[in-house]
Order: sequence, then structure tokens, then C-alpha cells
Amino acid sequence: MSTRGNGGGVAGTITQPREAGPPDIVSSDFPIVTRTDFSDTTFLLEILHPAMAKAAKPGQFVIVMVNEHGERIPLTIADFDRQRGTITLVIQAVGKSSREMQAECRVGGTLFGMVGPMGIPSHVSDAKKVICVGGGLGVAPIFPQARAFKENGAYVIGVVGFRSANLIFWEHKFRSVCDEFIICTDDGSAGLKGLVTQGIEGAIAEHGDIDEVVAIGPPIMMRACAEATRPHKIKTMVSLNPIMVDGTGMCGGCRVRVGGRIKFACVDGPDFDGHAVDFDDLMQRLKRYRPQEQQSLEQWDENCRRLQMAPADAAGHGSK
Amino acid sequence: MVRKTIRNIPQERAFMPVQDPEARAANFDEVALGFDEAAALLESERCLMCPEPACIAGCPVSIDIPGFIEKLLKNDYRGAYDRLTDSTLLPAVCGRVCPQEEQCEGVCAVAVSGGLEPVAIGRLERWLGDKAIAEGWHKSRHIEPARFRVGVVGSGPASMACAADLAKAGCEVTVFEALHAPGGVLRYGIPEFRLPNSVVDAEIGQLETLGVEIKCNTLVGRLFTVEQMLSEMGYDAVFIGAGAGTPKFMDIPGENLNGVLSANELLTRCNLMHAGDFPNYDTPLGLGKRIAVIGAGNTAMDAMRVSLRLGAEEVHCVYRRTELECPARAEELHHAQEEGIAFHWLTSPVELLGDAEGNVRALRCQRMELGEPDESGRRRPVPVEGSEFDFEADTVVYAIGTSPNPILGQTSKIRLNKWGYIETDETLATSLAGVYAGGDIVTGAATVILAMGAGRKAAESIRQYLGIRDSASVYEPERTGFEGTLFGIDLAERNFTHIRLM
Repeated sequence: MSTRGNGGGVAGTITQPREAGPPDIVSSDFPIVTRTDFSDTTFLLEILHPAMAKAAKPGQFVIVMVNEHGERIPLTIADFDRQRGTITLVIQAVGKSSREMQAECRVGGTLFGMVGPMGIPSHVSDAKKVICVGGGLGVAPIFPQARAFKENGAYVIGVVGFRSANLIFWEHKFRSVCDEFIICTDDGSAGLKGLVTQGIEGAIAEHGDIDEVVAIGPPIMMRACAEATRPHKIKTMVSLNPIMVDGTGMCGGCRVRVGGRIKFACVDGPDFDGHAVDFDDLMQRLKRYRPQEQQSLEQWDENCRRLQMAPADAAGHGSK
Repeated sequence: MVRKTIRNIPQERAFMPVQDPEARAANFDEVALGFDEAAALLESERCLMCPEPACIAGCPVSIDIPGFIEKLLKNDYRGAYDRLTDSTLLPAVCGRVCPQEEQCEGVCAVAVSGGLEPVAIGRLERWLGDKAIAEGWHKSRHIEPARFRVGVVGSGPASMACAADLAKAGCEVTVFEALHAPGGVLRYGIPEFRLPNSVVDAEIGQLETLGVEIKCNTLVGRLFTVEQMLSEMGYDAVFIGAGAGTPKFMDIPGENLNGVLSANELLTRCNLMHAGDFPNYDTPLGLGKRIAVIGAGNTAMDAMRVSLRLGAEEVHCVYRRTELECPARAEELHHAQEEGIAFHWLTSPVELLGDAEGNVRALRCQRMELGEPDESGRRRPVPVEGSEFDFEADTVVYAIGTSPNPILGQTSKIRLNKWGYIETDETLATSLAGVYAGGDIVTGAATVILAMGAGRKAAESIRQYLGIRDSASVYEPERTGFEGTLFGIDLAERNFTHIRLM
């Protein structure tokens, strides 16, 4: 380990090569083939990895390292294309690593590391009528679930939530696999004004014979969905997003409480019965590294500002 | 040569410098600095060259210990290294991390019948291993391709040993590692001050010179299954050395509080992800000031000593038995005590207490006393009624052992035993034809050298399964007395095939 402490604050932290394992041992061949920006903060990366495209199933995730000094971050596989041999990630730039991805990941570049598919694939039940709910980060990964249910012959009701109309993406994709598609926006600029739970309650009231609800999104949204379906006793599956490190069941950083028992989300999940999940516990644990996340982001912002002020030839980042 | 007796050998072990406890508790540099040449030669003089050496039997991979020491004494360092590496592939690693007091050194005649400190076999092995790295030694090889392909799952010590033996036998070997850097526990588990990463890199470099391909970022069981390796991917045999890995918790209240983590998580964040260098590296650690580590094995020692080096003010060890039963390597326990870690023997937590923000603030512990011996032969700790007390800590680390990783069990038809480990026969064959397994995934958490021994044994079984002839009996150098070569074949090559029977 090199010297630690004193964060440095040197602009070079981003561009200087790091000591790491010998580069010939560490595989780094994960080419980015497509990038689409949906909004200021949400973007899509399509990454070439034929073996993973072949193996991936709905509900699974990958762990990505942007560069050799990066952290390992879990991202749900939003889509996969076996013909093209690619998988798709939809990323929301919220913290240091995801903003760094937004700044650095360009078509023609590569990711330092990507491993997966991880987690147990979602169980696509033979339910006749399902509601697939996506909110925030969960809108993209609910798509392969909805498609799988459709392919299984179910009547699929898609409910997705956005903050406002300009953030909407993949509407045509959803419409192609959903029998009904409900968009909810916080400000009412498109579709239903309000939260996805209103969409769910509307659908339950209208149909009365919903077999299953699948919800992916922030924990607070998934908890609201589980509470909305509990009185109706409708089976509700949620995809949990705890903090992870290795993603292979080795560290237990991702442990969650389900039905009073400790489970590791990376190998026992990430899908669990929403009515049995202890969401308070999950949300508490997600706060664990708030101060460090803030510190990391601030330092990165500072470095970016310095780089922008530096002479053009020094501003290397983002061009690799 | 005068026959050596217990009286005419150096009575004291040769001096090995170690970093001063106070200085080293604040850095990640190696603690034990190793012998220099003079010390290695002096220590070698202490070997009695027993005609029936107990030390060889005490070594899980049966290193010819007097053999390599004899060459060392003749200043034939290269020869000593070659003799050593006939049996072990990671001398620089095993010399550092083996619990020698329970293995080779524990049965050394100098100690057992002579009453002195045993010959420092591990330190001599380490000295040779380090010298080989410094000099860039590796054995010259004439590998005859066997045209078999073998897939190896995991890149820890068991897999490395197996891969190396099979590569020497001419097989085309691919190692699949789930993490982004190879080495398994050598990389993510054992910290820098016990085993520098440069040593791990060098040993892995040795594997690559043998033509072994290492593919990181590959999670077998999810990206493809073991069955697919044999069918569509065309591997003739598979070795599984995936390790145990999944940490155990106690299932007591409060375990999900923030600040409670497994030693695996702490060590992975620190050793693999460089969390100690946050924010230059992106992975945070969030270590508190007062750390309590539950357990007293090697993992616990590593977690405590890492915490100390990352700036913890107080580090405490909580163990339900006594120092006598402590499973850690003696040297590590000693080093930990020197560095100022407080040990609380006969103490077991019953509950973790949190504050209003959901962070851990204390352990509620119970005093224990030792009762009757249990099935493992150790005296069972029994709680003392009414002895509960609270013990403040803002970080609690679990190091109470591991259980088998569930992924391969979830995704393949390999038969597992009732504890969830892979079931094998005495040749380390699993229930799937052509699939062998060894190391922690079979035995549960053990030592690096035992894992390596299992990897070598599995390699031998795989060679037999593939019909690659074992040439050990043909090229036994001791029988002929020729030095250096035999029938024009480098002696370093014995044990490995030159003839393919098909």
C-alpha cells in the first residue's frame, strides 16, 4: 500500500497512472460501444461482452470498476442483446464514481473491470397478470422483467415514475412489451401526476385480478409499493440495492434483513419478497458511508475545476 | 564432516530483525524483515540432518527439508531453491504465512528431543523464495504439450498450485478469477505487512511463465457453469479452488447496525481496494476509533493489526476461549500483543447495542468458563450466569470463520456435503466426471499450504484422469546419484511428464 492520508488535493489524482497489479494480468477489455444521454444525470452505456450477453437473465447485475483506483459499484443489467453480444447499463450520476463514469466513459473507451452476471435471476412466474413498477434508477432494469413476463404470456401493466416529462426514456420500448403503460410524473408534466403507488392503486382497482407486482427503484419507493399491495395480499417482489464490495458472497457488506433473517443480497438475492424485507434496516445501512461519499465527491469536483483551469495539454481526463 | 549433535549446533536461532512495534503499528511495511545470507547459513547449521526427518512428514506438501538445507549449507542456493520448489510453488508465501509451529517446525528434533528452539525452516524457505524473486530464478522447462485443456476456478493458493502442476504436465490451463486481481486470499485477505503484494505478483508471474492464462473478472457459476466448461467450452477437466469465503455472523441482535462488518469486508476494502488510501482510491472504509474484533484466528489478527495501522485508537480482541485455544499463528498473536492490542479471553458477545442513528456503540458481553472437551477436543466455553457487561466499541468486526460460498452449489449439479462444502473422494474427484476440487471449498477454512497441497494432489488425479503418465518414479534422482541431469533431463523436471501415453 502506498502512503495514505492527506487526500493530496493534487489535480493529478485523476489522470496519473496508479500502481496496481501488472496490467497483463488484469483484464481490461470491456469496450463501450454505445452511449446515450437521456438527461443531465441519466445516461446509457452499451458494453461488448458476448459471454455475459449470453448468460444474463432479467434481475441480475454487474459490478463495474471505472478505472484501477475506482471502487466496485453494482449496476443492474438494464438490457442485453445476445445477437450483438452486448449488455446495457443505465446510470444515474449521483456520486463520485457515477459522475466519473459520466465524464470518462465514451464510445471507443473501455471499462477497467466488469464482472457478472451476478445474483439469482428473477423468477419469472407464470402469473397471468402482473404490474411491473420502475422508479428513478429502477426504470431501466424493470424493462427486461416486463419483457420476460410478456414472453411468458402474461398481461403486463407497466408503471414507471419520473420527476418530470423531460426525463422520460424508453417509452416506446416499454409500450412494445406492456399491455398497459402508465407514466407517473412528480410535477404532472406527463401522464399521471403523482407517485407510482397511485399508478399501482389505480391498476389494482381497475383489474382486481393482479397476480404479482414487481418493483424496482429507490428503497423508499419499493417500501411504498409493498405497503400498497399488502392489504390486497398481492405477491410483491422487490430488487434490493444495498452497499456491495465483491458481489460474490465473500464479505457480507450487502446483508439485508428479510423475514427476520440475515441474507446476502448479492448471492441470495437481489430479489426478495417485498412484504418480508426490513426496509428501515436497508435504508439505515445505505447511509453508512454518507460522509465519505460526500468527501470523495467534493474532492473530485475540486480536481475537475483545477483541470479546467489548467493549460489545455494538461486536461487529459475524459479523452481516454 | 563431524556428525552434528544437539550439543555442537548453534543453540540459539539466528537473528531475524523485525520492525520496532511502535513504528510498525503505524505503517504497512513488512513486520518480519527476514534473514540475511549470514543468518540463513547460521540457521542452516542448526539442522541435524536427521536420517528419518520428522519435518518432511510435518509439511503438508512433504518438502525435502534437510535436502534443501544441505544444498544451502554448500552455498548452492540455486540447487536449494530447485529442491525446495520440487514440492512447493510459493516458497516466499508459505515461508511467511504457514503455521510452522504446527507443521514442520513443530516436529523438528532440535526442539522435540533437544529442547531448543526448532530450526527456523519457514524463515529459511522464505529467504530462498525471496532470493529467487530477486535473482529472477525459475526452472528451465521442456514442456511437451499434452493437448489437453484444463479450466481452473479461482486463483488462490489451491488453484495456483494445481494450475502450475498441470501446465508443467503440458496442459493448456486457464484460471478464472471473479475479482479484478488474481491471488485469492493472498491478495484480498493477508495484509501487506505480512505478505507484500510484490511477492504475490512475483509468484503469479511464475505461473504465467509456465503459460497459464489468468482471466480476471470472470465469475464461474454465473457467467458460465462448471457443466458448460466441460461441454461447450471444451475443457477436458476442471479444478475448483473457489475457497470458502462466505463470512459467518452469530445471529445475535444488532448485527446489522452500521459499523458492524466481517473481517473479510474490512480486509477486502483495505488490501484489495486500498481503502486506507481513500480518497485517492475510491473505496471508503469508515473505521471508528475503538474497534472490537470477535474471534482470535489469523483473520482476526490481520483485521486487528490492519485497524491499528489505519489509525484506530484502541483495538480489542474478544474471544470466548483462552489464549491456549487461540487458533492464530503463534508469531502473529505475539506480534499483535506487542503492537498493543488488548485481548479479552473467555468473553463472548450476546448482543450489539446501537445509538439513535443506527451505529453500533457497544457490545453486551458474557464471561465464559471452560467446561468439558467438545468433539473437537477443545474445552467447551460455558457462559457464567449473571456475568454480563457492556463494552464500548464504535466498530465491531466479525472474524469467527467462514462457510462455503453458495454460488457453485446454486448453479451446478456437483454434490455437496451436509455443511455445503463440495464432496470429493480421496483423489479429490467430485461427483461430476472430470471435475476435481480442493482447498477451503472442500475442507472449510484452513491454511495456504494445505490448500496448495490439495491443489497438487488434484493435479495428480487430473493427470491420471487424462492419462498423462506420472514420471516421478522413472526420474528419481536419488536412486542414480547423478547430479544435475538424468538421461539429459533437467532434474528440476522430475514429477512431470515428458512422455505422453495415449
